[in-house]
Amino acid sequence: MSELKFRDPAMARHLAETLVHLMAEIGRPVAVMHVCGSHEQAIAKFGLRSLFPKGLDVIMGPGCPVCVTDVPEVDEGVVLARQGVRIATYGDMLKVPGTVQSLADAQADGARIDVIYSPSQVVDLARGTDEEIVFFATGFETTAVATAAIVTNDPPKNLSILSAHKYIPPVMEIVSEMPESRVEGFLAAGHAATITGSAVFEPFVARHKLPVVVAGFEPLDILAGVVELVKLIRDGEAKVVNTFPRCVTREGNLPAQELLWRVFRPIGGRWRGIAHVPNGNLRFRDEFAHVDARRRFDIDVKSLWDYAPPHLAHQCICGDIMAGIRNPVDCKLFNKECVPENPVGACMVSNEGTCKIWHLYGGVPDLSEIAI
Amino acid sequence: MCLGVPGKIIDIHGSMATVDFWGVRRQVCLDIVDEPVTAGDYILNHVGFAIRRIPPETISETLALYEQLMEENDMDVMAADVRGEIEAARE
Amino acid sequence: MSSCALPLSNVAPGRVTLKQGGGGRAMRALIEKLFIREFAAMPFDGVGLGAMDDGAAIPIGDQYLVITTDSHVIHPIFFPGGDIGRISISGTVNDLTMMGVTQLLGITCAVILEEGFPLEQLEAIQRSLVDTCIEAGTVVVTGDTKVMGKRELDGIVINTTGIGLARRVVRDNALRVGDKLVVTGTMGDHGLAVMAARHGLELEGNLVSDVAPINGLIAKALEAIGEGIVAMKDPTRGGLSSSLHEMAQKSGVGIVLEERKVPLTDAVRSAGEILGIDPLHVANEGKAVIGVAPHLAEQLVAVLREHPLGRNAAIVGTCIAERPGSIILDTGFGRRLLAEPEGEPLPRIC
Repeated sequence: MSELKFRDPAMARHLAETLVHLMAEIGRPVAVMHVCGSHEQAIAKFGLRSLFPKGLDVIMGPGCPVCVTDVPEVDEGVVLARQGVRIATYGDMLKVPGTVQSLADAQADGARIDVIYSPSQVVDLARGTDEEIVFFATGFETTAVATAAIVTNDPPKNLSILSAHKYIPPVMEIVSEMPESRVEGFLAAGHAATITGSAVFEPFVARHKLPVVVAGFEPLDILAGVVELVKLIRDGEAKVVNTFPRCVTREGNLPAQELLWRVFRPIGGRWRGIAHVPNGNLRFRDEFAHVDARRRFDIDVKSLWDYAPPHLAHQCICGDIMAGIRNPVDCKLFNKECVPENPVGACMVSNEGTCKIWHLYGGVPDLSEIAI
Repeated sequence: MCLGVPGKIIDIHGSMATVDFWGVRRQVCLDIVDEPVTAGDYILNHVGFAIRRIPPETISETLALYEQLMEENDMDVMAADVRGEIEAARE
Repeated sequence: MSSCALPLSNVAPGRVTLKQGGGGRAMRALIEKLFIREFAAMPFDGVGLGAMDDGAAIPIGDQYLVITTDSHVIHPIFFPGGDIGRISISGTVNDLTMMGVTQLLGITCAVILEEGFPLEQLEAIQRSLVDTCIEAGTVVVTGDTKVMGKRELDGIVINTTGIGLARRVVRDNALRVGDKLVVTGTMGDHGLAVMAARHGLELEGNLVSDVAPINGLIAKALEAIGEGIVAMKDPTRGGLSSSLHEMAQKSGVGIVLEERKVPLTDAVRSAGEILGIDPLHVANEGKAVIGVAPHLAEQLVAVLREHPLGRNAAIVGTCIAERPGSIILDTGFGRRLLAEPEGEPLPRIC
């Protein structure tokens, strides 16, 4: 199985050398953006930023589904939990702050929250009891397909889904249209593209004339993806290139796409901190009203707001950070009122949130000089 | 949620497969994978569902892609020793 | 790394939260602000509460009487590789061992049971207590038993206190620049085994806890290396990361940790990737991390590897003068700072 792990440090160093030469040829600072939390995790975990040449900014965009799940959506989950409904959620979402509480807070107050890893587990959970279970379904299109699979497979009657799923391609449009954006190219998430295919980026590239490279998640995948992207920028070529043929094809996984759009429809909605993203949210089509928690329950989020303590949310700049135009250190709250134990914004909660990563890994420290 | 991990199918029973991930095994649902799979195939697992069969030829394709990207680097005098290291590691 | 003052309880002001039991910064903050402050200021001759070491050491003649206490609340009670009985004895024996104890004197064992707890399980736990005592060469000498009403307690809680004698107290604050860090074996085994069992993650494979008393292993090491061993800690809650952070902070040194040298079983590595959990942040219950003078590091590893519990011992890090209190992880690709774990890691998806 080791051939599937692309982690050879010698090759990594060589790819990094290539980047240095490409940047020298370009002769000016370049900023590219990736829109996937797992890319940021891999970059941080393997210390890849220390391999990128100075002058090349690989910015994390709004690619963390936990971070962009908006406050009202978390509130919906919290309201249900406080009403006594049992909630199943992915671990990542447990601590994301809503207006008043996170699901973890609700749990501390006595609400029943189950942390699960897979939608199949939710089905097993529901089959094992008579009580109502609501699956707080977060995540991008890759995960939405799994949700779609369980709702089309004769789900138990006591199960319903609160869909907070998001769809990534529209947000790339928004970011490219931001006037302050210096992003010259995008690294697209390999696993989402496994489902949607690389072709989904072609209209974007044609419209905005910005290159998009689809990359995987092993260290060599990411380095190779960045090399390809910088190469395209150097040559002024705007096209879609797939450097992840192990998992991505041009058309993608057609049956999965068909399933996704049979169950969900895209609607405009708010992403935390980024305001309105047209077609960015996935909601159930009418044929699936019977599993839609929003239609099964009366979720009154306003009831929470009476208890809202004074909060600092209006000073939170997660939106700008996620769009890549500001850094965590630009935020007045960063590392002071806003820390992982006491987060104000979602970027500090998720393991892929930029603020969390900067907090944990000390920003982007220069550790290369330390000799042993 | 992007985390996808590759694993190898050990056996298939109905719409579920036992998949081995470097010594740890988990049940994975095959409902949404786009091609028929058999024991011995590699798949990409995401939240307990297989979302792609990883064709073995794409592995060498990927390695070739990396090499090609490295070739961009005509001016790199270190290339020779690094190549040597890589060749040695492959044996 | 920031060192902002942590509020005592923040999620629900005025209430203790689960993360304060997790072994990370939140727990240290609770302990420091609430429990330690006044006791540490009271007169005491020896290594006391203020040191926040693995135990307390009281000078008696030309030796030290070392004492340590622990409460065990692990769930599930029975997990692959062990149970609450085995971990109760091992945990206490290991804490004493980490302080330099070479002669175990005895263990106390206080048990609190929930009404309705199955006797069969209690008998199995007792067997583990006995077996582990025999393995460690010690005995439970006194104890206490209480029963609380149904739902007043979750199953069973065990508290153990151990006492032993040490000629030299080995602290966790005495690392010097240049010292090497050695781990006695694979990391992350216990935490991932328990997590997989607890969350019903349905992972089968070789995820087995490493819970074991390591006093025999460490006695061999101390015998061979003596004062070349300058610091020891057992990386329980919070894993290797937590222990290294504590040692680095108390010693005033930085540590460069070479990720590729840290021994991991394939199963732990894989489970960690699938679940998105870093094995460096996950508890071990049969391992030690040892600070050793650099010229003795290889010899220490050789001695450890001769013992069945030390077969995978390895040199994993070096102490440096820069960035005191921080752990720099060399990933093989680049370097980054290793985070301090905050609480119990949850399997993440993305």
